[in-house]
Amino acid sequence: MKKPSSQTRVARLPSRPLEFAIESLIRVLGFSAIGFVTLIFIFLLTEGLPAFLQVRPGNLFSTRWYPTFDLYGVLPLISGSALVTITAMLIAFPMGLFTAVFVREVAPNWAREVLKPLIEVLAGIPSVVLGFFGMTMLAPIVREVLGAPTGLTALTGAIILAYMSLPTIISVAEDALDAVPKSYRDASLAMGATRWQTIWRVVVPSARSGILMALMLGMGRAIGETMAVMMVTGNAARMPEGLQAILKPVRTMTATIAAEMGEVAHGSTHYHVLFGIGLILFAITFLINLAVASMMFQKRSRGGLR
Amino acid sequence: MMERRKSTPGTKIAVEHLNVHYGKKQVLADICIEIKERQITALIGPSGCGKSTFLRSLNRMNDAVPGARIEGEVRLDGENIYNPRFDVVQLRQRVGMVFQRPNPFPQSIYDNVAFGPRILGIRRRSRLDEIVEQSLREVNLWDEVKETFRKQNALTLSLGQQQRLCIARTIATRPEVILMDEPASALDPIETLRIEDLMRALVQEYTIVIVTHNMQQAARVSDWTAFFLTDDGQIGKLVEYGETGRVFTNPRDQRTVDYITGRFG
Ligand SMILES: Nc1ncnc2c1ncn2[C@@H]1O[C@H](COP(=O)(O)OP(=O)(O)O)[C@@H](O)[C@H]1O
Ligand SMILES: [Mg+2]
Repeated sequence: MKKPSSQTRVARLPSRPLEFAIESLIRVLGFSAIGFVTLIFIFLLTEGLPAFLQVRPGNLFSTRWYPTFDLYGVLPLISGSALVTITAMLIAFPMGLFTAVFVREVAPNWAREVLKPLIEVLAGIPSVVLGFFGMTMLAPIVREVLGAPTGLTALTGAIILAYMSLPTIISVAEDALDAVPKSYRDASLAMGATRWQTIWRVVVPSARSGILMALMLGMGRAIGETMAVMMVTGNAARMPEGLQAILKPVRTMTATIAAEMGEVAHGSTHYHVLFGIGLILFAITFLINLAVASMMFQKRSRGGLR
Repeated sequence: MMERRKSTPGTKIAVEHLNVHYGKKQVLADICIEIKERQITALIGPSGCGKSTFLRSLNRMNDAVPGARIEGEVRLDGENIYNPRFDVVQLRQRVGMVFQRPNPFPQSIYDNVAFGPRILGIRRRSRLDEIVEQSLREVNLWDEVKETFRKQNALTLSLGQQQRLCIARTIATRPEVILMDEPASALDPIETLRIEDLMRALVQEYTIVIVTHNMQQAARVSDWTAFFLTDDGQIGKLVEYGETGRVFTNPRDQRTVDYITGRFG
């Protein structure tokens, strides 16, 4: 922007209002982003809190979700979400960790060059596409192979969710492994440890907080997912009971909100309860994020000792 | 086994015509040296002359360096460690290493010391307890950590304590040789003296090879001194090797005289 010597004064003057304008714009945008988030949160609160006042706790925290009969038990939905998410993590976490170890520690360079972008592409697949894939390809397999009455089950949802959260888990875990100082590996190898012993006894334990973070972020990704889950879980709002529940349809919190919000009367109890479910979901993801943040904080303050 | 030092110590490691290249660059040329059993051998020389490279070729830690090429023989008790049939894992259990920067694992003190024994397949708790205590005692760390060593993270120790822990971790598997690459360069003078005393105690049982840029240290602790220097082509060579007293008082090579009198390096 600046012009040389003699014209300096002339050149600078108009640049100041410009700078001021840009600065103000950035400030306005920044504050409005905060403002929007606050507004959304207030909206969620004002629409969701009445649910907890209008519906007796005995009803709200019961196991029966029949809004047409004024039964607003959210437990089946919470446990549906929990069942699908936890099963998804049981599948995705070991797979993600092994993949990260493979990509970071074992794979030859050329394989790493191929795998990393591939994993990133995986993250970009729209969830509707995955849901469609789950309905048409995975569900029949689940039905045939596991002999379930329907292919639209908690397990089907969990597999799709596992697939969706894998890229997150892999890339965060991989970063954590990458951050392990070379000196730990050297020490281990110099002790006569094999490459595998070094990976499992030194590198992975040293990266444990980052790996835990990968799990939490993957879980956050899974619990909030709506579209794919709605398409493949069968959406029956029943309490999951026993181990075979995973081969039965379930309904998650997100699917409930998405499916029913379009049909409720604005301001009705049902409407407020759906927002109340949103609040619960928000609280859960907030707690997960809080756990991640505190882990990152611990990691940073411990890093100083190295 | 508190065997007294023999007047004519045997050879533990015989290095013959060792050449090391990193890619196109030759770092060490034609190194021949006999490292004596249960003696401390100090490697001195200006930085960049290949002391660390030489040390790392004694436990094959250079193998993992991309582009490294090693020629010649390194015979441990007469057996060439670069023979393809020689097992690297076993080699490193016999030839332990302590690094320049203390590098304990971010685990408990106990788990650090038990690392090597566990790799050897020792699982029994009482046996591990015994080894851990014994090793910590040998490096004079036991009294400082005996209340907390099972839970305390090794990274919370002071640097000097961390380095002694690393030595304890190394000796927990009873290696025959301990390689130390400037083990005290990150430590304060008091901790440095402690490490030196420790080496004098350990040499009763172990063959020790130590890299140091500190000539007083070499003179104080070592029995034998090897002086490395890069030649005109920036290739590391062994200039002089002999008993420490002789090398320091009556060096044969003019370059050694110049170095120990501080004229360069
Ligand atoms: N991993 C490596 N790759 C390439 N060159 C290296 C590597 N390590 C050391 N060198 C080079 O080898 C030479 C000797 O290094 P080093 O053995 O560390 O010397 P010293 O320990 O005596 O200071 C130096 O020129 C250094 O740059
Ligand atoms: Mg060095």
